Amino acid sequence: MLEIKNLHAEVDGNEILRGIDLTVRPGEVHAIMGPNGSGKSTLSYVLAGKEEYEVTEGSVFYNGVDWAELGAHERAAAGMFLAFQYPIEIPGVATMTFLKTALNAQRKARGEDEISTPDFMKLVREKSRELKVTPDMLKRPLNVGFSGGEKKRAEILQMSLLEPTLCVLDETDSGLDIDALRVVSDGVNQLRSPERSMIVITHYQRLLDHIIPDVVHVLSKGKIVKTGGKELALDLEKNGYADYVDEEAA
Amino acid sequence: MAAVQETIDQVKAIDVDQYKHGFVTDIESELAPKGLDEDIVAFISAKKEEPEWMLNWRLDAFRRWKTMEEPAWARVDYPKIDFEDLHYYAAPKKREGPRSLDEVDPEILETYKKLGIPLSEQEILAGIAPENRVAVDAIFDSVSVATTFKEELARAGVVFCPISEAIREHPELVQKYLGSVVPVSDNFYATLNTAVFSDGSFVYIPPGVRCPMELSTYFRINEPNTGQFERTLIVADKGSYVSYLEGCTAPQRDENQLHAAVVELVALEDAQIKYSTVQNWYPGDADGKGGIYNFVTKRGDCREKNSKISWTQVETGSAITWKYPSCILRGDNSQGEFYSIAISNGHQQIDSGTKMIHLGRNTASRIISKGISAGVSQNTYRGQVSAHRKASDARNFTQCDSLLIGDKCGAHTVPYIESKNSSAVFEHEATTSRISDDQMFYCQARGLDEEEAVALIVNGFVRDVIQQLPMEFAVEAQKLISISLEGSVG
Repeated sequence: MLEIKNLHAEVDGNEILRGIDLTVRPGEVHAIMGPNGSGKSTLSYVLAGKEEYEVTEGSVFYNGVDWAELGAHERAAAGMFLAFQYPIEIPGVATMTFLKTALNAQRKARGEDEISTPDFMKLVREKSRELKVTPDMLKRPLNVGFSGGEKKRAEILQMSLLEPTLCVLDETDSGLDIDALRVVSDGVNQLRSPERSMIVITHYQRLLDHIIPDVVHVLSKGKIVKTGGKELALDLEKNGYADYVDEEAA
Repeated sequence: MAAVQETIDQVKAIDVDQYKHGFVTDIESELAPKGLDEDIVAFISAKKEEPEWMLNWRLDAFRRWKTMEEPAWARVDYPKIDFEDLHYYAAPKKREGPRSLDEVDPEILETYKKLGIPLSEQEILAGIAPENRVAVDAIFDSVSVATTFKEELARAGVVFCPISEAIREHPELVQKYLGSVVPVSDNFYATLNTAVFSDGSFVYIPPGVRCPMELSTYFRINEPNTGQFERTLIVADKGSYVSYLEGCTAPQRDENQLHAAVVELVALEDAQIKYSTVQNWYPGDADGKGGIYNFVTKRGDCREKNSKISWTQVETGSAITWKYPSCILRGDNSQGEFYSIAISNGHQQIDSGTKMIHLGRNTASRIISKGISAGVSQNTYRGQVSAHRKASDARNFTQCDSLLIGDKCGAHTVPYIESKNSSAVFEHEATTSRISDDQMFYCQARGLDEEEAVALIVNGFVRDVIQQLPMEFAVEAQKLISISLEGSVG
């Protein structure tokens, strides 16, 4: 279970998150929506442990572990996964090599044996078929020259391979056409399980037609200003964020 | 920035403990007295039972050397070397030029075992497919202590032996080719080498023969205050092929040790030579004390048409590296290649690159250089590409990439491009980059710790070059890169 209490965070001295309270139980999918600049991506970076983002107040606990005690790679080994809005290019490192290195790094951190190459190959083949990731893509350097759709599919492939229990998807729908959106959403839906918590960050409601959330939050100026069921997303689609932004300003 | 800062700290923390080959072999040696004069040159020549022509060649070089000055153009900085304070000959006592492995001092065999170089053919054969075998010439200080697989190579007509032996047993070949690529007075260190070289490897591949296995030389400097001056000559006759590997290590010592080698390659018509080096001489400690001065002249001559010479080097060791493995593209349609990874860390200084001299028609060369600088090191790529008046349709492609880790190191690129033929096409691309915080974070968010992330990104950066190495060497090189940069492995 993820428990965020009164979370304040800043980057370069600017306060972006101004007191977030959020609890996500295993099996739940929470959507976080909000206008540009509301702090959505900052929340995802703070959860993943990016260094420049400093927590100034409040706390994050996951399964009883104080997230402040763990570096980014330790959080990953403890079950955290961030699907990046803009996945980073790693030149010269084949996607396959990256996947194997990441998987083994996490297994090592948890005191497990490294996966054997045949087992790994089998696993990757299986998972990549579902996400329409071609063998050619696996040979190419990670994210280098990938199209927007390929990058997002590669992110979800990593997620499905690493089997995290806490998934944060940052604007996974950005840069996707409708077919790619369906492939990616199907991939995410397959990972929904009673043990897994998910936070889906998005600007638009259309992603939530494919990934149906249990709870929807509206983030504005670093705070959650409204929480509701999946119908809240439809309401936002119709009326825009203006109501909530103004409410906050008032 | 914090991620990168920690990387810098880790890199800084790398000290002598990281150098795994720093042990000293306790063995009695025969040393020439310190200093250099004609008597010492004659002493070395006599030790090797050399014919008179060889002695005269050495003395001629020595006399020329005395009139020469140390080159000062490289971007390296070191105290003046006292050439009178060195031993120019060191050999393990007891026997010279052992006839079989049984005669090699067990201490020395143990040394090579520790380095992971088995010299016993039975050991090498255990579990290795025939095509993956490697014949080894092991050079310990000034002499060759063992050469493996000689008989099997001889059946294919391949000559692979210490150069001192080649001078005695194949004088016609040696006289024809030695000094034909790197002339006696080529440069200060090469001329010194000509005067005092003690051993090295000689390879001759007869016409039409594809050498049945990889050949390799393993250099080890053991004795203190000793210069190592090895001389390697490889001749690939018409239509032949050979792949040659070279590896180097030395003990940790507080004083600097001089290594001034000369390597000459000759490729005749349709012949191909592939020369790979993994250089891991002791780089000095965290404060820059000690380490090898690696001042090496390597040059290949594509002497006849359709020949090809390919240099691949992974340079991670040495306090100072000064080397420019080069190709003279004399034959029409000949090709030269240079693939390099040069990693500098701590106080290391590297000034390395290549020369591609296009003389024949329709010649092509390719240069891929990857420099990685960390710590307070300086890493310079210096390369020359030139086309002679008659070199019509000469082509060169150069790609020079530098990666910086931290903000105390330097990367420099100094290309010299000269074309005297208007049909020549030379391309030069260069990039300088850093490991970005975003890349570090992305890798860490997937579970890699900082060291693993740096190693992964660096291995990606050098991949184009690693792919050029023979399989076993590629694995060794990747490990070496991790050790050179990580600070925790080993």
